[in-house]
Amino acid sequence: MVTAGDPRLVQIVALSLRVSLSAAFIASAIGLPLGALIAVTPFRGRRAVIVILNALMGLPPVVVGLLVYLLLSRAGPLGAFGILFTPAAMVVAQVILIAPIVTALARQIVADGWEEYREQLQSLGATRARLVATLLWDLRHSLFTVLLAGFGRAAAEVGAVMIVGGNIDGVTRVMTTAIALETSKGDLPLALALGLILIVIVLALNAGAYAVKETAQRRYG
Amino acid sequence: MVILRWMGLAGALMLPLGAVHADNVFITVASTTSTEQSGLFAHLLPSFEKVSGVQVRVVALGTGQALDLARRGDADVVFVHAKSAEEKFLAEGHGVKRYPVMYNDFVLVGPKVDPAHIAGGKDIVAAFQKIRATQAPFVSRGDRSGTHIAELDLWQSAGIDIGAEKGVWYRDTGQGMGPALNTASSMNAYILTDRGTWLAFRNRGDLAILVQGDRRLFNQYGVMLVNPATHPAVKKEMGQRFIDWLVSSEGQKAIASYRVNGEQAFFPDAEQPGV
Repeated sequence: MVTAGDPRLVQIVALSLRVSLSAAFIASAIGLPLGALIAVTPFRGRRAVIVILNALMGLPPVVVGLLVYLLLSRAGPLGAFGILFTPAAMVVAQVILIAPIVTALARQIVADGWEEYREQLQSLGATRARLVATLLWDLRHSLFTVLLAGFGRAAAEVGAVMIVGGNIDGVTRVMTTAIALETSKGDLPLALALGLILIVIVLALNAGAYAVKETAQRRYG
Repeated sequence: MVILRWMGLAGALMLPLGAVHADNVFITVASTTSTEQSGLFAHLLPSFEKVSGVQVRVVALGTGQALDLARRGDADVVFVHAKSAEEKFLAEGHGVKRYPVMYNDFVLVGPKVDPAHIAGGKDIVAAFQKIRATQAPFVSRGDRSGTHIAELDLWQSAGIDIGAEKGVWYRDTGQGMGPALNTASSMNAYILTDRGTWLAFRNRGDLAILVQGDRRLFNQYGVMLVNPATHPAVKKEMGQRFIDWLVSSEGQKAIASYRVNGEQAFFPDAEQPGV
């Protein structure tokens, strides 16, 4: 299974990337603007919100998996959609898991940037939406790392996708659940080999993203 | 612009997820880790999928969890091995009918040095009593699986109230068969396992089969359609078709032909079930 180009392995790797990249993009679409908005808007209870957000970064995947399972189960409120044990359910669980991470990290980065550019931006008299968009754009290179952190957490977790995906062969089996299964079978060398592949893939993706970021920074400043 | 391009990429990534959902010719089977991890399903399912065109998606859990999953309507068929729990499931109105499919047996494995001196015996109850008497390390599944239920029944037959008498020698792991075997292997402990998972298990360390062949180690598997009257989302035609195939001569032959390391792992008995 570990030999390069094994169709089963390719399928598992592809599903891992599809699910976790989808989750990272969706969580960023929610978390980046939300984090920026919290950073530039003073409101009552903001400190409490920040503390809660930071705490949610440590959400245990198993708990998220259980909550999403109860939501998506046929007996649950969203059961009628029938998406339990599908990749879509895995994306939902991972979005819930990493959205707080993306939001909290984005808030911190934007808050620091806001300190720096505050006078400049305020003198332009921009609306809050405009402000958020400008800060997100100016800080995009730093925020890109946030997206990668979200992806990394999503790709590495096993507890949530195991529960809501069910580790079904050819349908919802991803790298981490495959590793858990091979460990269960006592095939530790194969489990370890799969683990190495996961690390190499995440490493390659991060290296690629870093290179893209560097190039963009040099070209556009 | 960059953001727009990203959105496009995100969209492209999401599309296939929808497509998987739209493809509806499949059933979900809640089954046990023993059938999945021994490789039986990988052997059986392609034959059924070929004749029926129905994809079978197996979620492998312990028997107790598999039945709970079905109680919530999250599976179309359950394929498990704990008759008392299955009959309770039927009595509650969650299942339609129980079909005996096949059996395998449990074996007691343990370290070759055998501190409780039980190797080669055929009396499983006597072996359990010796383990208790010597307080030799014993690993329990502890997860309400069929194997765990069978283990608890054996302690009871041995006249031991394990809930009250267990000490540090009795390790309650709350895990599937494979992880529990990994634990037993690293601790050199005794453990009750189904033969199929043991045959397929690679990380044996110093463990070997010590007690086998007792009639009380018999392990009957049953299959049930989840009751569509209680759970309207159940795909009853396709689910029943899978059950009918399992108990047909074709399905029974497929079960009998499965080998793990050259040994037959499951014995079809839909015609003359033991239990």
